[in-house]
Amino acid sequence: MSGGVDSAVAAARAAEAGHDVTGVHLALSRNPQSYRSGARGCCTIEDANDARRAADVIGIPFYVWDLSDRFHEAVVEDFMTEYAAGRTPNPCVRCNERIKFEAVLERGLALGFDAVATGHYARLETGSDGLVRLHRAVDPAKDQSYVLGVLTQHQLAHSLFPLGDTAKDDVRREAERRGLAVAAKPDSHDICFIADGDTAGWLRDRLGDGSGDIVDRSGEVLGSHRGTYGFTVGQRRGLRLDRPAPDGRPRYVLDIEPVSGTVTVGPRESLRVDAIEATSPRWCTAVPSPGADAGLRCGVQLRAHGEEYPGIATVAGDRVGIELLEPASGIAPGQAAVLYAGTQVLGSATIASTRALIPS
Amino acid sequence: MTPPSGPLAYLDHAATTPVYPEVIEAMAAQLAAVGNASALHGSGRAARRVVEESREMIAAAVGSRPSEVVFTSGGTEADNLAVKGFLWARRKSDPRRTRILSTSIEHHAVLDPLRWLQTDEGSEVELMPVDSAGRLDVDALRASVERDPGSVALISVMWANNEVGTIQPVDEVVAIAARHAIPVHSDAVQGLGQLPLDFAASGLDAMTIAGHKIGGPVGVGALLLRREATLVPLLHGGGQERDVRSGTMNAPASAGLAVAAELAVKGQPERAPALAALRDELIARVLEAVPDAQLNGPPGDARLPGNAHLSFPGCEGDSLLMLLDAQGIECSTGSACSAGVPQASHVLLAMGRAEAIARGSLRFSLGHTSTRADVERVVEAIGPAVQRARAAGVTAMAGERA
Repeated sequence: MSGGVDSAVAAARAAEAGHDVTGVHLALSRNPQSYRSGARGCCTIEDANDARRAADVIGIPFYVWDLSDRFHEAVVEDFMTEYAAGRTPNPCVRCNERIKFEAVLERGLALGFDAVATGHYARLETGSDGLVRLHRAVDPAKDQSYVLGVLTQHQLAHSLFPLGDTAKDDVRREAERRGLAVAAKPDSHDICFIADGDTAGWLRDRLGDGSGDIVDRSGEVLGSHRGTYGFTVGQRRGLRLDRPAPDGRPRYVLDIEPVSGTVTVGPRESLRVDAIEATSPRWCTAVPSPGADAGLRCGVQLRAHGEEYPGIATVAGDRVGIELLEPASGIAPGQAAVLYAGTQVLGSATIASTRALIPS
Repeated sequence: MTPPSGPLAYLDHAATTPVYPEVIEAMAAQLAAVGNASALHGSGRAARRVVEESREMIAAAVGSRPSEVVFTSGGTEADNLAVKGFLWARRKSDPRRTRILSTSIEHHAVLDPLRWLQTDEGSEVELMPVDSAGRLDVDALRASVERDPGSVALISVMWANNEVGTIQPVDEVVAIAARHAIPVHSDAVQGLGQLPLDFAASGLDAMTIAGHKIGGPVGVGALLLRREATLVPLLHGGGQERDVRSGTMNAPASAGLAVAAELAVKGQPERAPALAALRDELIARVLEAVPDAQLNGPPGDARLPGNAHLSFPGCEGDSLLMLLDAQGIECSTGSACSAGVPQASHVLLAMGRAEAIARGSLRFSLGHTSTRADVERVVEAIGPAVQRARAAGVTAMAGERA
């Protein structure tokens, strides 16, 4: 229970469904005293109190579990390593994979619980084969199946997502009806462990100044920067280039080379990619079978709340090659490529590289 | 998880105690009465009479003069008043007196004011070590005093530790301090009602007591303050309580504290051995059920009669607490934390316990409502709970390696 409206209603629904529910708030920050101003995060004292009050109203026991050390190792350090390597990680995916549905789940199972229920917007369906399948939520605006695509069958079999069939507005109304004070609490958006939302500044404090050149596709130096971690492929703002492009059109980050510290920029059309190489796949049910050579027709989502592209995936061990049948734009290595069959999530892999539609 | 079965086994008396029915009665009567105890009319005089009679009852119970009872809002305020008030007053009369000597196992109500005096008030705070049973190293204290007695403003040593129950050698501390006329304060919040306690005989200059640890209400306590002692107050205002603690006198709370103190002290000679027997049975049978569990603090008469503090290797204390709580057995992992985030106890670390062991600890504290049935509940539940918590702990570590 994060202290937000979704997990509160999820807990209430699980309790109402007859489960023996215990509320758990995760202390993920080593400095819980740090109040976030503005948008609220997941690990402040205020949020812990909101979660506690929700548990009171629902009538379930409530505890705070300190997972700050594991969170730091598995999520925060990974976040820094990924940025240092020129990639753009999704810490929520990592947190689901390693904290909520691993550390919490394994501890819960050992203590005698059967499942972890969360306020994620996604649906689970158990087939006649006994396998649990993950599907997109009914509310497309809130669907969070993308950040859950890393969950394996073991994890899904011990998960409950009570909100998957409901629209967010209805969840808020239900919270109000249930007397939960968090009914109108704003959604959290930013990265919970970066209190002021300044990701580049946070990374600079930890990774140091890593200045380098900003170049165009021909290698001509257009400017300089204070660290490659301030950039994401597809980014347009904050390049601070003195000279406009010859054709006067905006320029975008095309590539990040962390070793030399070079950030390459270019026109929008150069962002378009038609193939993706992804690694470390995790499959929700099993490795997709339809002949590795023939490839697997599927939908591909390449960022949180991004659109789905038709594609053909080829699985070879730890690598997944994805041919996109429609080009995608601004695809950042480090993000998850999540494969869908209809509304069903097949699995998730980490984007390692992309192939530009227009060779530079 | 199975729902709680049977009656509650409340084994957290060191956190707070069930209020005596007599206390509720006395307080209710006063809550219904009007009158500011400082007012000069009949209602005021009646309220004042309640406060002063309460003061006399408390004085009789703890062995002080009535004028030596300074009512406060509780133990934390009394500790703050003693530590800060003595430092400020002693430093004012001699600017060399900037050192405060205390122990590394004090309650946060003493430790945190000390830390603040060090960072913000230029004091030098020296926290004396304890042995592996949690008892103050008296030689270290003596050496520290003798090094430069003229610079010591105050010594503060708790009567008995709130976590592991170790009774401290306060008489030896008083003897060391007396040679140099250094005032000594003791937080006796855990001692009152559990141990025989006599303020005058103790030789202390100040002693903290709190209502809710002895069957009284929360929100009231007292600093017993020797008549000759001068303190700089924390709260300035109407000049109540010898001008040491301003604020409208609280007749209902005073009455509640007085009745509780009387009951706690009167019942102590009979209750303490009974609790000690229950405690020893609890410790012995838990160690039987979980052979590798370890008792923290000394055995027998050197610890509070109501305190059983045990470490369970391989377990997270909060896993154990949750599993027992689900069965209606209420205990503690040590001192509570405002954010609800468990920290390894500073007391156990000071006693030389490894952090992992410290985090796997439970405190069962018995008091005036404890029964043999409570002990039975713990003995039945602890083995399976430890087994589960151990599995959870091991899983967590395996996950970390993956």
